[in-house]
Amino acid sequence: MRRMLLRSAVGVVVLIAIYGLGFGVEAGFTEYVQRIILLAGVNIILAVGLNLINGTTGQFSIGHAGFMAVGAYAAAFVGVKIAPGLHGLLGTGSVADAVVFNLALLAGALFAGISGLIVGMPSLRLRGDYLAVVTLGFGEIIRILFNNATFLGAATGYFGDSPSGLPAYTTFFWVYAWVAAIVVLIHNLTFSQTGRSLIAIREDEIAAEAMATPTTRLKVTAFAISAATAGIAGGLFAHMQAGVRPEDFRFEKSIDMVVMIIVGGLGSISGAVLGGIFVAVSLELMRDLQQYRLVLYALLLVVIMLVRPQGLLGNRELYQLARKPKPPSTPMEGM
Amino acid sequence: MSLLKLQGVAKIFGGLHAVRGVSFQVEKGSIFGLIGPNGAGKTTLFNVITGVYTPEHGQILFRDENIAGLRPALIAARGIARTFQNIRIFRAMTVAENVMVAGHHLHSASILDAMLRTRAYETDEQALKKRANELLEILGLAELSGEIAGSLPYGSQRRLEIARGLMLSPELLLLDEPAAGMNSQEAQTLNEQIRFLRDELGLTVVLVEHNMAVVMNVCETIHVVDHGETIAEGTPAEIKVHPKVLAAYLGEDPEKEVV
Repeated sequence: MRRMLLRSAVGVVVLIAIYGLGFGVEAGFTEYVQRIILLAGVNIILAVGLNLINGTTGQFSIGHAGFMAVGAYAAAFVGVKIAPGLHGLLGTGSVADAVVFNLALLAGALFAGISGLIVGMPSLRLRGDYLAVVTLGFGEIIRILFNNATFLGAATGYFGDSPSGLPAYTTFFWVYAWVAAIVVLIHNLTFSQTGRSLIAIREDEIAAEAMATPTTRLKVTAFAISAATAGIAGGLFAHMQAGVRPEDFRFEKSIDMVVMIIVGGLGSISGAVLGGIFVAVSLELMRDLQQYRLVLYALLLVVIMLVRPQGLLGNRELYQLARKPKPPSTPMEGM
Repeated sequence: MSLLKLQGVAKIFGGLHAVRGVSFQVEKGSIFGLIGPNGAGKTTLFNVITGVYTPEHGQILFRDENIAGLRPALIAARGIARTFQNIRIFRAMTVAENVMVAGHHLHSASILDAMLRTRAYETDEQALKKRANELLEILGLAELSGEIAGSLPYGSQRRLEIARGLMLSPELLLLDEPAAGMNSQEAQTLNEQIRFLRDELGLTVVLVEHNMAVVMNVCETIHVVDHGETIAEGTPAEIKVHPKVLAAYLGEDPEKEVV
């Protein structure tokens, strides 16, 4: 009981700190910089979620933009179509807005998680390159479905019913409150019996099976959780702008996510956080280069693989940096 | 009472009959040796028993239930633990974590419990840690529990595999060349540890081993295979002088044929 109280207290303090920081950010930075800071938060959620499957479990997905898209569209749709009804029940004001927004995000997570299950169940029997190709394919299929879904605006994108576009719910507070929540939840999951089993699958799937680990079930579960976090990120992303368009979730977006976790170090949650920030900032710095940034990212990946294949942090967390690095795990197939 | 019973088990890879019609029974509480020259099919038999391979023919009865063709995780959960010839520990994890991985049956808290660090989760986690430490104590690895498993010397890695297998609370333990890479001192300790597992923990042990000092010392029954077929079974004393076994290991006596 005391621990519960203590934990709630810590949670409240963190939320207040994020709230205060939000004021600081709004006062101290231009809107342009604020947008980059929000995008960095969205990236962190994407990277931490993808790292659970690519880093911790060692299964390579390069189609996560598809799950982000599902979350974005679902959250946008709820924010537009369901919100008026909810406002009728809850009234208006900031509390009602917060409830509606978080319900929209959770709807995004739910739909993305379900699509993760649907994609994961057949494909997680595959390994390495095969899995990567299948996830890539599913990511593109999802995007093309949205491209043709007329009730969601098809290729022009979904802008809701009002002329100003989607409701702009996304604020610094909500982005970073979700960042904090997801980092804590995924961290707790990684350092638990489930997380140990996922790492065991990465290290040696045959041995994990021989130790009674339900490998397929765990892989699919991790994949669905990973997809659900991408859905939350998608929802936050959707309500940051006037609308969501299928082209926001192209293959390049999935590659951006992979860059985040490889730069930070596969298997490290802190590394994923750093990688998410790195990509948000570097994308802005490279804005003038347009699609040539992909060339730079490709070069960066090659250099990392040659010079520091374990990424910035390797598979350690920030607070473990004093420890000597763990021996490289079994080389990943397809990497 | 026999705990494990193989009846006419055959495993074929393409045109290669790795195991053909092998039958044997392992009595509950015994230490059973499976020997044979390289390539005789010993490890294939282990892989068939533990579900890595599905046999083409025959039955594998564990506690009188046919387990042939079940998935490895299910067979492990029923109470058959194993080690691997080419050590398969989880190298990037600590020694204690390696052992804890096999403790699913001690851990009923859900993923949500883990994410929220509920009391149910903490209780299960403590139980896992406690059991893992007990097993590491038995195998003499307790001081190494925080070390990264990949950095341990060879002999310790083999013992870690045994500790990890014991975490399943198995009835049957299959050891695939547990003494490989061990010096005679370590092999001697291993002998004592295997006896301890049987006498104190009530386990039934089947071991594949090339180190005859270990096999002859610790096994009560020895089953000999060559080219996938049974050539002999008996006590160590019988096997030592069995003509077919000597022939398989040393070759036929050429003079005998001349005479």
